[in-house]
Amino acid sequence: MLDADFFRRWVAATAASVDREAERLTALDSAIGDADHGSNMQRGFKAVTAALEKEAPETPGAILMLAGRQLISTVGGASGPLYGTLLRRTGKALGDAAEVTEAQLAEALRAGVEGVMVLGGAAPGDKTMVDALVPAVDALGDGFAAARTAAEEGALATVPLQARKGRASYLGERSIGHQDPGATSSALLIAGLAEASGE
Amino acid sequence: MKMLINVPETVVADALRGMAAAHPELNVDVENRVIVRRDAPVAGQVALVSGGGSGHEPLHGGFVGPGMLSAACPGEVFTSPVPDQMARAAAAVDSGAGVLFIVKNYTGDVLNFDMAAELAEDEGIQIAKVLVNDDVAVTDSLYTAGRRGTGATLFVEKIAGAAAAEGQPLERVEAIGRQVNESSRSFGVALSAVTTPAKGSPTFDLPPGELELGIGIHGEPGRERRAMMTSGEIADFAVSAILDDMPARNPVLVLVNGMGATPLLELYGFNAEVQRVLGERGVTVARTLVGNYVTSLDMAGASVTLCQVDEELLRLWDAPVRTPGLRWGM
Repeated sequence: MLDADFFRRWVAATAASVDREAERLTALDSAIGDADHGSNMQRGFKAVTAALEKEAPETPGAILMLAGRQLISTVGGASGPLYGTLLRRTGKALGDAAEVTEAQLAEALRAGVEGVMVLGGAAPGDKTMVDALVPAVDALGDGFAAARTAAEEGALATVPLQARKGRASYLGERSIGHQDPGATSSALLIAGLAEASGE
Repeated sequence: MKMLINVPETVVADALRGMAAAHPELNVDVENRVIVRRDAPVAGQVALVSGGGSGHEPLHGGFVGPGMLSAACPGEVFTSPVPDQMARAAAAVDSGAGVLFIVKNYTGDVLNFDMAAELAEDEGIQIAKVLVNDDVAVTDSLYTAGRRGTGATLFVEKIAGAAAAEGQPLERVEAIGRQVNESSRSFGVALSAVTTPAKGSPTFDLPPGELELGIGIHGEPGRERRAMMTSGEIADFAVSAILDDMPARNPVLVLVNGMGATPLLELYGFNAEVQRVLGERGVTVARTLVGNYVTSLDMAGASVTLCQVDEELLRLWDAPVRTPGLRWGM
């Protein structure tokens, strides 16, 4: 079973890796976007960490709902609403249970990813976060480590794609040959799950 | 790259504090990042709220004042503001006549303004929205996020602002805003890449002898790179790109807009070439504005925006306006 501590570890691990990888995310965004993805995500997860400490939510659902709300209120850009919706929808789907199973988390995360796809209008293959998140959710049945691998492979697989959504889409064919920054940060979020589980 | 800043993290807050000191006629809330006309809400008038990433000054905060915006919400540099800012701004400026959101067409801006509209409507505020998407450099298809909002934003904010100041109702102000957007097209070029405070180095590599055609205003590269062209050649290219997309049957407003690092001397010279091309193409110019209005930090380059106007739009364009960035007639 996954308790509230697991979800705190997940968020903390993601915040730490976003902090560590901020420059790389910004560099990727500089190639096909506007060079701020790393600093925006860093600011968002700092706010999430502070809010979790201050408000101390006690259930997995409440932790993700609060984290999502903080991201919406602090990140801006497209990433704020999209990551915020991902965590809020996932948290909402978990309800107010004190502990959840891995299967319940997988199902809730799928609802979160669907929320992202509806809000952003992106489908797999559009060179967005969805390209890391969908394979990760599909692989969750095989464990967190498998999901991490799937997300990382999904992010890498965005390199040859032409962007159809978001700011990179303005580049047309010139977006080909670059890894999508949103898919890359999504892979960090999924890697945080594996880290929290010790896998 | 040297910058006149303290640290990258505080550039937006520092600029807002400076703006508050320079413009006592505005209420600048540095903490919540909302710039509001001090006399808002104005009884009986529709209020206009816009916003977007910082780095495009004077857009949007410099266009707050009588005859234009009621409030503006600056985000981080090149990052759209968060929903809380627009919801707060709407609550501060709504007189009961409703609020028009003016949103540049970028995925982030659209999502955050949509979320803000929901928050404001929950508070009983009537919200309408005009999306600005005038950049002909982007193919408007299912395979892009749609055309970007650039120079036409100034025309929409000025003309819809004048309609609101006349006391026209929300549906009408919204319709006028849409008409301005639909009648406007822009095209921009960059002679140098932009440097954001967060990154500290140019966001893309543009060799000395080349220019980018069809750039946006966020440091994103354009659609095409060519060997450097003369002002006259650039004017031919930009105006043709616009007129191929929107044949001008009516007189036009012309905005020759600097991207931030191009001197006015060059902008006026470029305007002379733009006017020449318009003359050759048989387009009547009603009014011309030259200057740095919708900028992209320290990028060198310029954009051209044309807006076809009928008598009503021209009258509203000429109506008095008093903001830090645009002022005439009052």
